[in-house]
Amino acid sequence: MAETLQNLLLGFSTALTLSNLFYAFAGCLIGTMVGVLPGVGPLAGISLLLPTTFGLNPTAGLILLCGVYYGAMYGGSTTSILMRIPGEAASVMTCIDGYAMAQKGRAGPALSIAAIGSYAAGTLSVVGLMFMAPPLARAALSFGPPEYFSLLVLGLLVLGYMTGGSIVKNMAMILLGLLFGMIGIDHMTGYFRFSYGVVALGDGIGVVPVAVGLFGIAEILATAGNPVRPEVMKPKLKDLLPSRQEFRDSLLPIGRGTVLGFLIGIIPGSAHIISTFVAYAVERRVSRHPEKFGKGTIEGVAGPESANNAASCGALVPMLALGVPTGPIPAVLLAALMVHGITPGPLFIKEQPQIFWGLIASMYVGNVVLLLLNLPLVGIFVNFLRIPYRVLYPTILMFCVVGVYAVNSSFVDVGIMSVMGLLGYILRKFDFETAPIVLGVVLASIFEMSLRQSLAMSNGKYSIFFQRPISAVFLAGALILLVIALLPLIRKGIDYGWRRELTEAEKGK
Amino acid sequence: MAIDRISGIALLLLAVFVAVETRVLPLGDHSNPGPGYLPLLLASILAGLAVAMIVRTKGSPLWKTVQWKEKSHALAIVACCFFATFCVEPLGYRITMVLILGFLFGVLERMKIWWALILALALAWGSFWVFDGMLMVPLPRGGLGI
Repeated sequence: MAETLQNLLLGFSTALTLSNLFYAFAGCLIGTMVGVLPGVGPLAGISLLLPTTFGLNPTAGLILLCGVYYGAMYGGSTTSILMRIPGEAASVMTCIDGYAMAQKGRAGPALSIAAIGSYAAGTLSVVGLMFMAPPLARAALSFGPPEYFSLLVLGLLVLGYMTGGSIVKNMAMILLGLLFGMIGIDHMTGYFRFSYGVVALGDGIGVVPVAVGLFGIAEILATAGNPVRPEVMKPKLKDLLPSRQEFRDSLLPIGRGTVLGFLIGIIPGSAHIISTFVAYAVERRVSRHPEKFGKGTIEGVAGPESANNAASCGALVPMLALGVPTGPIPAVLLAALMVHGITPGPLFIKEQPQIFWGLIASMYVGNVVLLLLNLPLVGIFVNFLRIPYRVLYPTILMFCVVGVYAVNSSFVDVGIMSVMGLLGYILRKFDFETAPIVLGVVLASIFEMSLRQSLAMSNGKYSIFFQRPISAVFLAGALILLVIALLPLIRKGIDYGWRRELTEAEKGK
Repeated sequence: MAIDRISGIALLLLAVFVAVETRVLPLGDHSNPGPGYLPLLLASILAGLAVAMIVRTKGSPLWKTVQWKEKSHALAIVACCFFATFCVEPLGYRITMVLILGFLFGVLERMKIWWALILALALAWGSFWVFDGMLMVPLPRGGLGI
């Protein structure tokens, strides 16, 4: 405990420098804008800003990108409440009661409870991250290649199951991502694979062009021909205060949303979306007036909003402690760290305490910045929605090109982004989820390395994965999950309604 | 035909392609897997999933129900992306962006020509100033040095 507090002090001494405060503020500001604008999700925002961090030190770069991440989670609620347009997929549940409250003239309290809930959840879940990541990292020091391989198998299966849509299709997308990740030089033998003489492909396909293509460009392609001109509602500052009753009614949902969100956030898949579903369902279940849900009740805003912010923090636990990202956003953050020569994993917290604890402290600071930023400036942020989409999408396209080119100063990356954009557009039309592809690309090298090292260790015997206890536990988990996932395909009548709802929400993003 | 069947066929073809391509890579053996080992393994699993998609199409929408109403916009934007890929280095960032943005604003979105031009120039030069000038991210200047 004393050691943790000492480390936190070290973190605050890093985060509270003038320049890092500026980057936390800039990240939160940009993230809120990204969250407010429909179609520009946190992933595209982070990917586009990644090149701008190259000139910064790793701590400042990570503070900026994390600011964008939780700023976007925060900002998504504004348009959900005021216009019934979720800025990003995790804000879908907020639309239901948030917009109903806005129609009753209670948009201000809905916005302030969303902001307060997000602040409380963000701050409390950082405490969770602070206490959970270091012991997890210490435990992971005993992991060898078989444990890592089994963990990745389990993680990818969970991802396939927890992402909406067909499990078979999700698994196919994970495999596609892993195959994309095979392109380039084989690190163990030096062989060029699937690069067809293109020297630039020797380093493999980068996560940034893949993520920007699949999420940024594909979104533009799918929406550019369907312009909408939303009506913008602008609440006044004096209307923002919730009543005493509304504040009292929100306290427990915020607490429950925080715990649920943080725990679900650690699980791979669309954790931040799922956490809002679960939080909303729990609130409706425990409420004395479940009939009021959907008609503008404050608990329906407080629970999901707290959950999605807590989940974004929970997702950082495995990324920082194990070096295993559980979703596309942590994957891009991982890529950002690797660009700076830092490899997150069990040794990261021990060897780079300044960066880890600086990030933790900056999250506390960032949550305060967001609270101060979101409430008074909400009227300004909604003005971004007045920009006509026919002006907005070419601008986003320009940022996609410059962002991707700047990573390696390579036109090949722009080409990869274009191909991925087209692929993402077609895959969306064919009801495929594209997030598993990004994860596959990121995890391909560690997946391959751990498999080949394990087989070399065991002289070619696959039984090594079952003989080592930790690895066997991971594989048993994977097997159980596989059975659960395949049951509805075999037995009629078993249907997981939440997966269908998740699919619908993801389509609506 | 159901879209899952079409997707399954495409994925099966991809799996076969990967399997064929791995022939040039050493496979190694179980105790010392080569660079072709995992791609072949992944392609085999992908082929299995693709067959499952081809066989089990229950609940899958039909190809003719898929809406492509934004396809003309999408094709034009994809063409712009590939134009950027091949022209950003020879023409330079600013000229490439002015051409792309001018096309999107002026031709695709039918904005007034002088508005399209002002916006294209302002965005291209503005983003260059922010990224190249302020953030020190080097952007290509092309043969003309612009």
